[in-house]
Amino acid sequence: MDNHGSYKSLINIWLLLMFFTVTTVGAAQFDFGAWNVPIALIIASFKAGVVALHFMHLKHEDSMTWVFATYPLFLLFLLIAFTATDMFTRVAN
Amino acid sequence: MSDTSETNYLDNGKGFASWFYTVDHKRIGVMYLIAIGIFFIIAAFASFLIRWEHLTPGEGIVSAHTYNVLFTLHGSMMVFLFIVPGVAASFGNFLIPLMIGAKDVIFPKLNLYSFWLYLLGASIFLFALAAPADTGWTFYTPYSIDSGTNVIMITLGVFVLGFSSILTGINFIVTMHKLRAPGMTWDRLPLFCWAAYATSLLQVLATPVVGITLLLLIGERYFGLGFFDPAKGGDPVMFQHFFWFYSHPAVYIMILPAMGIISEVMPVFSRKPIFGYKAIAYSSLAIALISFLVWGHHMFVSGQSKLVNIIFSVITFAVAVPTAIKVFNWLWTMYKGSIELSTAMLYSLAFIFLFTIGGLTGLFLGALAVDVHLHDTYFVVAHMHYVMIGGTVFGFFAALHFWYPKMWGVMFDEFKAKIAFVLIFIGFNVIFFPQFILGTLGMPRRYFNYAPEFESLHQLSTYGTWIIGIGFILMMYTLLKPIPGEAGPNPYKSLSLEWSMDSPPPPLNFDKIPTITEPVYNYGTKIEKES
Amino acid sequence: MGIYDITTKIIKSIAYPSEMVPPITEEDDGHHHFDPETEHSSMKLGMWLFLATELLLFGGLFAAYAIYRAKYPEMFMNGSKSLDVVLGTVNTVILIFSSLTVAIAVKAIQENRIKLVKIMLWITIVCAAIFAVNKYFEYSYKFGKGIFPGTDIFYSIYFAATGVHMLHVFIGMAVLGVLLNKVYKGKYSKDNFTAIEVGGLYWHLVDLIWIYLFPLLYLVG
Repeated sequence: MDNHGSYKSLINIWLLLMFFTVTTVGAAQFDFGAWNVPIALIIASFKAGVVALHFMHLKHEDSMTWVFATYPLFLLFLLIAFTATDMFTRVAN
Repeated sequence: MSDTSETNYLDNGKGFASWFYTVDHKRIGVMYLIAIGIFFIIAAFASFLIRWEHLTPGEGIVSAHTYNVLFTLHGSMMVFLFIVPGVAASFGNFLIPLMIGAKDVIFPKLNLYSFWLYLLGASIFLFALAAPADTGWTFYTPYSIDSGTNVIMITLGVFVLGFSSILTGINFIVTMHKLRAPGMTWDRLPLFCWAAYATSLLQVLATPVVGITLLLLIGERYFGLGFFDPAKGGDPVMFQHFFWFYSHPAVYIMILPAMGIISEVMPVFSRKPIFGYKAIAYSSLAIALISFLVWGHHMFVSGQSKLVNIIFSVITFAVAVPTAIKVFNWLWTMYKGSIELSTAMLYSLAFIFLFTIGGLTGLFLGALAVDVHLHDTYFVVAHMHYVMIGGTVFGFFAALHFWYPKMWGVMFDEFKAKIAFVLIFIGFNVIFFPQFILGTLGMPRRYFNYAPEFESLHQLSTYGTWIIGIGFILMMYTLLKPIPGEAGPNPYKSLSLEWSMDSPPPPLNFDKIPTITEPVYNYGTKIEKES
Repeated sequence: MGIYDITTKIIKSIAYPSEMVPPITEEDDGHHHFDPETEHSSMKLGMWLFLATELLLFGGLFAAYAIYRAKYPEMFMNGSKSLDVVLGTVNTVILIFSSLTVAIAVKAIQENRIKLVKIMLWITIVCAAIFAVNKYFEYSYKFGKGIFPGTDIFYSIYFAATGVHMLHVFIGMAVLGVLLNKVYKGKYSKDNFTAIEVGGLYWHLVDLIWIYLFPLLYLVG
């Protein structure tokens, strides 16, 4: 039922994750200025996506599960966006 | 026709263990009902003392510190131990499987664990009363960091209660996805279930944020983390952002199930199908979604930036729209219907009237310029109690009376119940309408003392508590002393599934899972007459 | 599945509801047993919902990180530099490896390869323990230098985030331990493996959170 793919594919996914880990540690040795955080987040998101889709079988789940798995990210974005906007648009009197 | 030779859920096993270790959703619902009822009474008594204190300015029956403890206790106990679990945990647990044609919820043992977590959270909360918090139920920093009271313990209790809330929400959502009877498509789901579904979404998505907020508060008190402390580079307003991110959706957790009740009661006692079924169903979801976008309207005068103030104010006006849609639909359901003024219907009608007042006054507060004057005054207190009592509690009382014969198999004395209703309705308005005026005149909330010109309105408000107290006692007496004789499975001739089996229901609800072929609200139509 | 397909699927299931639910079977022991497919998909959906709550719990910590990092970039850079990147990387590798082993266990139980399941679960738990030991060393080192939660906002975030994460590592170890115990008792097979699958999901979440924590705390200095 949930037996998608083979042991080999699991190990390949793991190798991919190792590659991304090396990449992110390597990228941290350089200074990309304002791009440091976005680059780290993008690589982390690749890794997270791979874990979610393949290790957690999100790829094979129904749409309701997708909604519940991804909507919290939107809410998180809301929390950060509004709070940050408040923090950084206050005007000193 | 009720068959006394078969057991019902109340007779199925006797003794403490058969209740404490039950996995029957009906028994769990009843246990929640009793628990939240007890905490409601305790917290209401605290408010009784608060109002007594306000008969005169200055010190009355309690000291200033005790006064702070009383309103903190009243608020936090009412919010976290009564109204948030409230209708969902009690009536939701009892009714949802019956309404969707299932034998129980999908995770019956998890349901029991949710209840045990509720008891654990409540116990920790009560333990904290050794040195009860005086911070207000919102635990604002910096005072909640500095206060010498048991803030850590009470927030830990609330954290555990949050877990109970989350697990109940997960149970309801999966139950409604997976256990609907054959033929019960989403557009044939009773509106109470739609409301419970939207509530469960909020419970699952919003509660974790208050969880982490309270953990950070505990961390700040215990380790001095500094997130909310300006001396360490933190920001106390950040606490408010995190807190209200949950607490605004929380108020919709409080009201949505009550609205679901009204949607169930209205068609039965108007003998007409509900008007705008899809609109009510989708507006519940819309409220759940939009409720996450407005939390800053609790922070208009906290130092929030002007830009963000404006954004939150605009969206706040939008969140009123789905609610207004529901009110119109309920009213239109009654139009040209055959109205029966049962007790449940009276509470529902009162709900519409009082909740509308509460909702409209919320719009006053959503307007920035007005809120500058009204924030933290009695106007806010009146607004919140019109929606929470006039709304949720009246809906809760409607449910108590409506499903009474189903839950207990007997009927109560309608006449006494209606007298109690009148007293409660009058008492409630006498308490809180003057508070709108007090607030507009400038009386701040959570103040122990007040200027002498506010005295007569305060006294009027306090007299209301005595009226509502008598009404409440009469209501409890009426409900605890039913009239002898069996009620029968369906005394109100409702078409919804929960009325199709004996009262009280048998332990596994249905002998045979029914197949649904029609919408649920076919009252007064040709289909009902033919069946 | 592309975004278009998902959106269409969601809209269709709302606008044209037509789900039929299979009837429940039950046994007379008073406990309810639903048909295996419903039970399996329900437990998965339930666990994903619970994972959503964990995401939002940690979300608060990430929000605090984001805002205070933007406010105090220097403090965060210096704090990040003071953390042990080697130990952090080792921990990341260990956790990702443990995700692999638990994924293999989930596949193995569906093929009744009980021995493989046991080995994989053991390795996962051992990995979790090594992670914990490493963190113990990290924390002790910091305490030894007089750095505690509350020393400054960066360290508060560091201790709070890794502390809450560590708590979840312990919970995960307990869950996996219970599952392993039941495997020894012969409770699971290819016809009854849902518990291992959802336990695995929880462990993957623990890994997911660390995948974000690691670069944000250790690498952006």
